[in-house]
Amino acid sequence: MTIPPYLLQEMAQLTGEHIVLVLIAMAIAASAGLPLGVLLTRRAALRTPLLGFANVMQTIPSLALFGFLIPIPFIGGIGKRTAIVALVLYALLPILRNTLAGVLGVDSAVRESAIAMGMTGRQLLWQVELPLAAPTILAGVRIATVTTIGTATIAAAIGGGGLGVFIFRGIASVDTTQILAGAIPAALLALLSDGGFSWIERRVSIA
Amino acid sequence: MSAGNGTSASGAATLEFREVSYRIGGNLILDKLNLRIVEGRTLVLLGRSGSGKTTALKMLNGLLFPSDGQVLVDDRATTDWDLIQLRRGIGYVIQEVGLFPHFTIGENVALVPRLQGWAPDRITARVSELLDQVGLEPARFLDRYPRQLSGGQRQRVGVARALAAEPKLLLFDEPFGALDPVTRVELQDQFLELRDRLRKTSIFVTHDVREALRLGTEIALLHRGRLEVLATPGEFVKSGGPEARAFLATL
Repeated sequence: MTIPPYLLQEMAQLTGEHIVLVLIAMAIAASAGLPLGVLLTRRAALRTPLLGFANVMQTIPSLALFGFLIPIPFIGGIGKRTAIVALVLYALLPILRNTLAGVLGVDSAVRESAIAMGMTGRQLLWQVELPLAAPTILAGVRIATVTTIGTATIAAAIGGGGLGVFIFRGIASVDTTQILAGAIPAALLALLSDGGFSWIERRVSIA
Repeated sequence: MSAGNGTSASGAATLEFREVSYRIGGNLILDKLNLRIVEGRTLVLLGRSGSGKTTALKMLNGLLFPSDGQVLVDDRATTDWDLIQLRRGIGYVIQEVGLFPHFTIGENVALVPRLQGWAPDRITARVSELLDQVGLEPARFLDRYPRQLSGGQRQRVGVARALAAEPKLLLFDEPFGALDPVTRVELQDQFLELRDRLRKTSIFVTHDVREALRLGTEIALLHRGRLEVLATPGEFVKSGGPEARAFLATL
């Protein structure tokens, strides 16, 4: 199958938009999710409400979540900003949950030794807990990224751009070529990022 | 921290439990424990599971604090100590060893000196000296990771790590309990050799009366949170209380 030349340029442009959407959403989700996840390891009382919130976000069908956000002031409306907010809300749960699980999963004998040898709380976190939790945290970021690449195709429904533009247009005009022009690059992006993360995970893991 | 050579008899701590009780939930784990340990001695805390011996040990480096009474290290209550400084002056060896799996053997042993800001070449020299002392050839072991070592080797590293920053007090929580009998005796021999050479104040928790008799200069027998017997090994074998006899019957 050859790609019709009129599609090529648009494919490049929309793939670029898609990547930017995902990168921005993941950057925000990670920079919120990692510290929040660490906070949850220290404050057990916050675990139920915060994980509950993230869980509920995940259960909302993605198309509906994008729709819900449109009427909300500041974060809502039509366009990329709303799309990014929705993607962040989706990506938060795996990052939060894996950060919490990774840090809590550190061998209690190792943690006790670190404390007993006079590490401060900060040294314990940066020199022991986070390095040992890194593979689990990374797995969370990996899941979140791959999911976000797929979910980001729905951003087009609220004017967020990205490869979803092809898909929605293809559905509306019953044009399989257009649908594939959106779906195939999105799938390739997901596979590529999954492979990239698996490479990083192998380098980070100590076992 | 003085530079020291790690083999001097000075710099040992004096410890005291003063009317120490510890409660958790409704359970009384320690019941008005009174105990004084003179510097340079090795006190073995002997007792069954749940007798309170590990609880007592963890009060010395501030992992636990008394519900009532006071624990004094060098005549200062642990509640008045800067805990980070207190702990960096205490070596701690536990049954699970607790080596950092992502650190090499060298980095594990170097930990407290590094936290204390020693100069790098002093740390390097100290780590090699310690590995030699515990019978691990530095050239072979420095760059390995804990998972590449046997249980006995790991515990030797644990002992080296505890000694690294020339602590004035050493705490051992059933350190040899998970080892095979032959390795255990080897490590006990090494413990005795280090004990007699370094003369650090040491507290050693065990439920093995044979180990207690071998390693202690004093034995404190705990039963249900109370101190039943405090005696030298020579006196301990003659003591007549029911709990002491129960332990001696296992010999």
